Amino acid sequence: MTVISMIPASAARAEAPEGSVGYVSPEFLSFDEPLALSSGQVLPAYTLAVETYGELNAERSNAVLICHALNASHHVAGMDAGQPDNVGWWDNMVGPGKAVDTDRFFVIGINNIGSCFGSTGPVSIDPETGKPWGASFPLLTVEDWVRAQARVADYLGIDKLAAVMGGSLGGMQALSWSITCPERVGHCVVVASTARLSAQNIAFNEVARRAIITDPDFRGGHYYEHGVVPTHGLSVARMVGHITYQSDEVMAEKFGRAQRAPGPDGRFHYNYDVEFEVESYLRYQGEKFSRYFDANTYLLLTRALDYFDPARDHGGDLARALARAQARFLLVSFTTDWRFAPEHSREIVRALLKNQREVTYAEIDAPHGHDAFLLDDRRYHAIVQGYFDGIAHRLGLPARRRTTGVLA
Amino acid sequence: MSARPDVPRPAPRADLLRIAEWIEPGSRVLDLGCADGTLLAHLQETRQVRGAGVELDDDCVIAAVRRGVQVIQQNLEEGLALFGDGQFDTVVLSQTLQSMRHTEHILREMARVARYGIVSFPNFGYWTHGWSILCGRMPVTGQMPYEWYNTPNIHLCTLRDFQRLAAKLGLRITHLATFHGQREIRFLQGWRSTLAVYRFESPNVRAEA
Repeated sequence: MTVISMIPASAARAEAPEGSVGYVSPEFLSFDEPLALSSGQVLPAYTLAVETYGELNAERSNAVLICHALNASHHVAGMDAGQPDNVGWWDNMVGPGKAVDTDRFFVIGINNIGSCFGSTGPVSIDPETGKPWGASFPLLTVEDWVRAQARVADYLGIDKLAAVMGGSLGGMQALSWSITCPERVGHCVVVASTARLSAQNIAFNEVARRAIITDPDFRGGHYYEHGVVPTHGLSVARMVGHITYQSDEVMAEKFGRAQRAPGPDGRFHYNYDVEFEVESYLRYQGEKFSRYFDANTYLLLTRALDYFDPARDHGGDLARALARAQARFLLVSFTTDWRFAPEHSREIVRALLKNQREVTYAEIDAPHGHDAFLLDDRRYHAIVQGYFDGIAHRLGLPARRRTTGVLA
Repeated sequence: MSARPDVPRPAPRADLLRIAEWIEPGSRVLDLGCADGTLLAHLQETRQVRGAGVELDDDCVIAAVRRGVQVIQQNLEEGLALFGDGQFDTVVLSQTLQSMRHTEHILREMARVARYGIVSFPNFGYWTHGWSILCGRMPVTGQMPYEWYNTPNIHLCTLRDFQRLAAKLGLRITHLATFHGQREIRFLQGWRSTLAVYRFESPNVRAEA
């Protein structure tokens, strides 16, 4: 187990805004102990990119693990020291005085194995061949991630996390923690998530994967060796995903049927180039994504989504799967989220109630669809803040000193 | 969980204090329409109950979370499908019955999820209401401060009306308390009280309960 610390770039920097954790740099933790995976394969060694914010208290009782979703990373909050424009993906939620208050909590962000932001994944070199793993990288499950994350907790000397929290695929990891390591989780915060994908969810993932795999530049997943990237496929995959993150309502409001560059008198161009604004937006999102994200990682992460189903080993009975859980739970869903609709969260609530677990559930009437979990909704943030203040109180942490961010 | 010093906490109303007396210490309680969680917070502190609330209003849900009360955001009209049979010892429906569309359904659901039910509602039989109607006007009082055209109260009843419905549904009434404001009314309850609170036992007798 070795640690390589990145030295933060110390160029002249703007002062960090109120409520920001400031400039941050990841640590890269290397684990030599092999990780046995759900697939039966073994990952002999691996590195994880990790960021932390706030301070671990002497009792080591104030740690909060934040799990990321499909395209995010360990960079949860603050500004990347090497690239200050790169603000953490949940910066509105995590920081001094924010809902997850780093004045009192020690927050950990981990880039999952298989991802492409510094942790071992398909882009990394397979020590056996000396070439990038590519498509040979073992397939992973949410449970595999949880086991890898647990080793980071071990490394930090944390027996029990005050909370594990995540949205979407991150919420699945939080839920899995409560089953996989029940005694190590005090509170489990699951936002806009599900205990299993529906056929429709899997179907969208499959469309995304086919777009990547059928791109001629994919080369069976070994595109690195050929010096190409299946950008077209990856871009289409992202476009499909993006549609599922937004509500019909929001898309209608943002784009409607507005034309991008209409001809004289608003005439159509009668071709297949960008005609409508929504097309332009989706293409832009797709292309931007394909420049920074790895196609093999996208395949692997969507598959992990598909496989997640903790009830599977219990005859499909989620309540039985959750019978081991010891945590207190907070679930949040959004009314217009049709990717993981509120019914997905209600199913988890029902299973927890059946086990007499303590559960709070908020169903936020927000227009933004699945993406709402990343946005600045006051009610949503007030729920999370109230809940974390309760955790702090229960753990005997100091009272909140300030309120910044969405609720300021 | 003990009271959080940063959360203000007014004294519970007289009817809520009486409801609290009817609840076994250490038991499991579900509060339907729990508002800001006042009753549950009081029960958690004074009677060490394991409580959960159901509430629809966003601000109330937030306030309940701040109080450290376990709350589930849901519309009661959709029923109690999230809750299993006999999951609670007592289920409370405080000053909400009269505004619910499906009155019988919610009472049956209460009897399904808990052994004991507690229901409070404004007493339509309060004597000034009769006087008001004799004078040709719908009653407007402290307990029912609405005009006929904007009232959420669509199913008003008297004490005897409720007792008849309870009998029809097989709910065995164990306790009744009536109030006029903060004052408990013990004589001529049907005429002199503005608020009635009933405790009943579910017809679903369960060995484990």
